Amino acid sequence: MSTATVDLGPVPSSWKRRHLLGLEELSAEEITLILDKAEVFRQAMDSGERRIPLLTGRTCVNLFFEDSTRTRNSFSLAARRLGAEALDFSTSTSSLSKGETVIDTAKNIEAMGVDAVVVRHRTPGTPLLLANNLRCSVINAGDGPHEHPTQGLLDILTIRRRKGRIKGLTVALVGDIAHSRTARSNIWGLKKLGAKIIVCGPSTLVSPRWAELGIEYSYSLDDILPRVDVLNLLRIQFERQYTRPFPSVREYAHLYAMDRARLAKAKSDVLILAPGPINRGVEVAAEVADGPQSAILDQVTNGVAVRMAVLWLILGQR
Amino acid sequence: MRVTPFAGDFPGVDAGAKRMSERRFISRNPIPESPIPESPNPRTPIISMRSIIIKNGRVIDPSQEMDRVTNLLIADGRIAAYDAVPGGGETVIDASGKIVAPGLIDMHVHLREPGFEEDETIETGTAAALAGGFASIACIPNTDPPIDTQGVVEFIHDRAERADNCNVLVTACVSKNREGKELAEIGQLVEAGAVAFSDDGSPVHDAELMRRALEYCSMFDKPVLSHAEIRELSQHGVMHEGLTSMLLGLSGIPAAAEDVMVSRDIALAEATGGRLHVMHVSTVNSVEALRRAKARGVRVTAEAAPHHFSLCDESLRTFDANFKMNPPLRGREHVEAVIAGLSDGTIDAIASDHAPHSKEKKMQDIDRVPFGVVGLETSLGLVVTKLIEPGHLDWPAAIGKMSLAPARILGLDKGTLQIGAEADVTIIDPNARWTVDPAKFRSKSANTPFAGWELTGRAEVVIVGGRVKFQR
Repeated sequence: MSTATVDLGPVPSSWKRRHLLGLEELSAEEITLILDKAEVFRQAMDSGERRIPLLTGRTCVNLFFEDSTRTRNSFSLAARRLGAEALDFSTSTSSLSKGETVIDTAKNIEAMGVDAVVVRHRTPGTPLLLANNLRCSVINAGDGPHEHPTQGLLDILTIRRRKGRIKGLTVALVGDIAHSRTARSNIWGLKKLGAKIIVCGPSTLVSPRWAELGIEYSYSLDDILPRVDVLNLLRIQFERQYTRPFPSVREYAHLYAMDRARLAKAKSDVLILAPGPINRGVEVAAEVADGPQSAILDQVTNGVAVRMAVLWLILGQR
Repeated sequence: MRVTPFAGDFPGVDAGAKRMSERRFISRNPIPESPIPESPNPRTPIISMRSIIIKNGRVIDPSQEMDRVTNLLIADGRIAAYDAVPGGGETVIDASGKIVAPGLIDMHVHLREPGFEEDETIETGTAAALAGGFASIACIPNTDPPIDTQGVVEFIHDRAERADNCNVLVTACVSKNREGKELAEIGQLVEAGAVAFSDDGSPVHDAELMRRALEYCSMFDKPVLSHAEIRELSQHGVMHEGLTSMLLGLSGIPAAAEDVMVSRDIALAEATGGRLHVMHVSTVNSVEALRRAKARGVRVTAEAAPHHFSLCDESLRTFDANFKMNPPLRGREHVEAVIAGLSDGTIDAIASDHAPHSKEKKMQDIDRVPFGVVGLETSLGLVVTKLIEPGHLDWPAAIGKMSLAPARILGLDKGTLQIGAEADVTIIDPNARWTVDPAKFRSKSANTPFAGWELTGRAEVVIVGGRVKFQR
């Protein structure tokens, strides 16, 4: 194992934020700064560096009120690789089931002396509620269908690494736009960096109101396929749907699953992302998920790099 | 002495008001002609039992189309004379530069007692009403137990009498236990003093039951107050469904949830001849449906809440639970429609939908936080700042919507300064500039979306039944 050779210096003075609540509030410059630092961490990881102790003595707590494996472990790994302590707090072991409010739970954890709380909650706005009530930093790891900023960042980093740019690309987000926080974070980030965005899915999950933000919407994947550079296949969020927005999974897959036949209609260098966990056979067929255009596993690697960059910018030496 | 019957100009309440004049208004506490009794609560000082002269005030009384500077004499708890000359011995209130209005009436107030005393009590709610300028309020029956028996009506009257603040009128349930299954004992509730009927936040889903309610209440000439909402469309919603809800990822309450129910209830009122009152109107299409219904003579009236003409759904961008109420803050086009409806008379009354919730309830994440905001102590200031100052309403129209109109809808001999009327008077400083400070509310709860707002206009004095009950 190599020793730490990554020298980032102090956190740039242009970074002023104590929290990361969403990509909507970030400028293009701030997003680019995170991506650039994540790139440094990614290259360090690729060259075999596993310990880059820039946050020694810091403590991050994963405060997850909703199930997660990938994101929680990715944050833990990012914190540990930076030399910080990482602690998991999940609702199954908490007093939330006893009626405690989310603010009280978070304040109790803060009182144990932590520097950052990484929060996931089913309700939009909960990270902001905590940021307004805690002294420590708050990082949003997904608030209902609102935002999931590190997922948006890792998707954008993956695109930038594969395509060399963001500006001018046509990126289609396909699937459950209505309930997807990944969609919203992607939209804000990609829009600020100059991509053309298409949201695509059934009319019950894709609102024409997106046009008010200058975003194209489409109900036909087949129509848009020939002109997209990137496809981000979003998971159907069955757990957030109160009434089923389409007649059957079979019909959804028939209209929107990315399979080999559809792949043949797309550009030959189309890049396929899926923020996972993927429903094989629903949003994406196995042969496409595992094919050469797929960047699904690369996204996971970039996720650790992005989270290292975010933790370092928020908690690093100034 | 009886108050002259009102010459109604609202198609919806015209006939009702006339019929009321032939019938004694059922009140558990009719104020005797004279002498005025001692306060039943010795802890509450009677500031003045003597005659009062309100000097040099601009008296605005829509019931007489009066708007002039005069001296108003109150004697024996009733409006006694205009152009009165002080003879010594009276209490003199100098109202120079002030507006003298009929005691304001808020017909939509959640007093929370019995059952939710952590949010509000009848004592604190009526104190908040006085501070907001209201001489009378009508409380809503979503208490625990709900107001569906004579006993609960009497409990509320009794508590209100002990609090000895403002008049409290009772809206009782349409259905037993607000379950929407069978009618509450409406006749007996009327005998106990209930002035109107509503299941409020549990809208009557069954169209047949609503039809029967309108028919049955018409026998007593009582209005059915409709919280118009189709639950299937709204039940998971947190805020108005629109661009803002889409961006925030919060579940939406579509305008159609209100539009559909308003249209249904208008059709049922038209079919039965019953009196329908639509609470807290908040959408373009419900304003338009009301406008058309009134034009063809349906007996329908409506109210709007100050937050629906002062704020829009974009306020939720802060995720602040104090902007969560039902109906929700709507998009800008809806806010404009509510203001237009108030301006052209489609919306008869302004009512706060005062809905106190304790701090701990409002501290939860926004999905779990209960709907509702307090409104009694900001209502008048918002009317002045958001409707009068921008020119949407003149003073007489605004005062009418906060006194005469609710009195007519509820069939009360109130909302007037005609000679002989019970002396409920609100003296307003139309130029007072003040900052909303929830810490100073008399209400037990402080869940206001208007904290820190600079408002113009507030009540300086409230006289209830000839007694000065509030003085700033």
